[in-house]
Amino acid sequence: MVTEALDVHMESRRLVVRYGQRVGVGLGGGVTLPIYRHKITALIGPSGCGKTTFLRALNRMHDLTPIAKVDGEVLLDGENIYAPGVDPVLVRRRVGMVFQKPTAFPTLSIYDNVAAGLKLVGVRDKARLDEAVEKALRAAALWDEVKDRLRTPASSLSGGQQQRLTIARALAVGPEVLLMDEPTASLDPISTQAIEDLLLSLKDHVTIVIVTHNMQQAARISDFTAFFLNGEMVEFGPTENLFTKPKDPRTEAYITGRFG
Amino acid sequence: MRWLYTHFGDRIFAFILLLLATGVMALALLMAYELYRGGSPVLHGFGLLGFALDTQWDPVRGKFGAWPYILGTLIVSLSALFLSFFPALATAIFVAEYAPKWLAQIINFLLDLMAAVPSVVYGLWGIFVLAPWLRDKVQLPLYFWASEHAPALLPLLGVPTGYGLMSAILILASMVVPYTAALARDAIALVPKEHREAAYALGATHWEVLRLAILPLARGGILAGAFLALGRAVGETMAVTMVIGNSHKLPYTIFGGAATMPSVIANEFTEAVEDLHLSALIAVGFLLFLVAMLVNFTAAYVLRRQERLVKGAL
Repeated sequence: MVTEALDVHMESRRLVVRYGQRVGVGLGGGVTLPIYRHKITALIGPSGCGKTTFLRALNRMHDLTPIAKVDGEVLLDGENIYAPGVDPVLVRRRVGMVFQKPTAFPTLSIYDNVAAGLKLVGVRDKARLDEAVEKALRAAALWDEVKDRLRTPASSLSGGQQQRLTIARALAVGPEVLLMDEPTASLDPISTQAIEDLLLSLKDHVTIVIVTHNMQQAARISDFTAFFLNGEMVEFGPTENLFTKPKDPRTEAYITGRFG
Repeated sequence: MRWLYTHFGDRIFAFILLLLATGVMALALLMAYELYRGGSPVLHGFGLLGFALDTQWDPVRGKFGAWPYILGTLIVSLSALFLSFFPALATAIFVAEYAPKWLAQIINFLLDLMAAVPSVVYGLWGIFVLAPWLRDKVQLPLYFWASEHAPALLPLLGVPTGYGLMSAILILASMVVPYTAALARDAIALVPKEHREAAYALGATHWEVLRLAILPLARGGILAGAFLALGRAVGETMAVTMVIGNSHKLPYTIFGGAATMPSVIANEFTEAVEDLHLSALIAVGFLLFLVAMLVNFTAAYVLRRQERLVKGAL
């Protein structure tokens, strides 16, 4: 059980994301969900349930999709990131994201990939960059594998290594929250294990929200779990409770494998 | 016994495909051979290098050197590529990334139209609009200015007739814009959504996303467009012939007349009554074939290297 004091880091309030007229997430009143600081929150549910759509609302990625429309609020340390005048670029620097497919910039070197975000915010000092790159690569458990070839193109890395590289890249800018959209879906079991270990080691410093298809993964690594179905959040609670004594019959049906 | 498992119709189909494919290869090789054979009296008489590097082209005295045309082709096509590349790339980026849909559609339609206009139409426009305008509004003022203030420039500028290198380069540049622009646009549109979003998720602005994620991944297509444009420029005959002034006296000047390999062939073919003259023109065609092949091989090499770099990402 969770005993220490919980601190709400992010919170969605009556959040609705619409694609066109009728499709979307939270159409029946919106999704209200707390994200606790320095915890891992898992979003689970069958394909098409809206968990990724919800995740992408947390750092305004929907701004890039012209037909998507977001209503409601997302609070980051109490401030609504959808308030007028808030720069989505600045939001994304605080709330990083890692995607399902490894998205290392293929033409950049390993070093430049990790340094990319820092260079965006104007860090030019070589010593500072070196330090930040090493720190991020160590945090992403990749340092020992790449320290002798930092200048080689990122495309020379394996899929699992590239995914850890994208995590290092996201970490290098020092985000408070890391959103992960099925980060292990395209990886083999050993790489998956490496990423899971990595997430557990990161949560002392970073709040993590992870979308996963894999209920075992959610059970293994998350502190809190939210179950989504048909565009609505059905149940949210401490992971242990949700998996052992779900309150909603639909949650129980899903976690016992009756659908999904 | 493998044939037993292969459906008979499949084998016939495969055979027809093989026949057609080898036919294409045979055609290209035959063409090269015929050009070589037709040009061999000159190529043997002067030597391949001697013919390519000699600066004298004098049908009356029976002296043939193709260097003025090779140089003219290089100057005209590379300058046209250089002039058109950045406007074309900017158009592609604007259409693919910034323009609202309706405007992008209009620009795309106009680009397609530009590519579809026959080159003789560009040539006519060059003769009646571009060249006179250049002469009156650009070349003459520049010429008068230079004769007063910088007489040292005069030999470089040449005679301001309007018909010469400058007009040919400008007209060719506008002809190849749609090729570079269309291929670059498609390459940019092909960059996977994940890579754009990865850059956005790092807190990049639109411009930074372009620089970090989109342009590096689209580089292959952009280069392919540039090489296509170069190939097109090297071989362009009609429009260039109409405005370039057709002079094969080196050194070329910016305003003055010049000639390219295709333009000399088009110009002199009908009046080449001497066998040697005809053979020299065919030999120029052979050299043009070699240059085109070189452009294509370079393109293939560059693109293969680029593909290796972005493997897996696209």
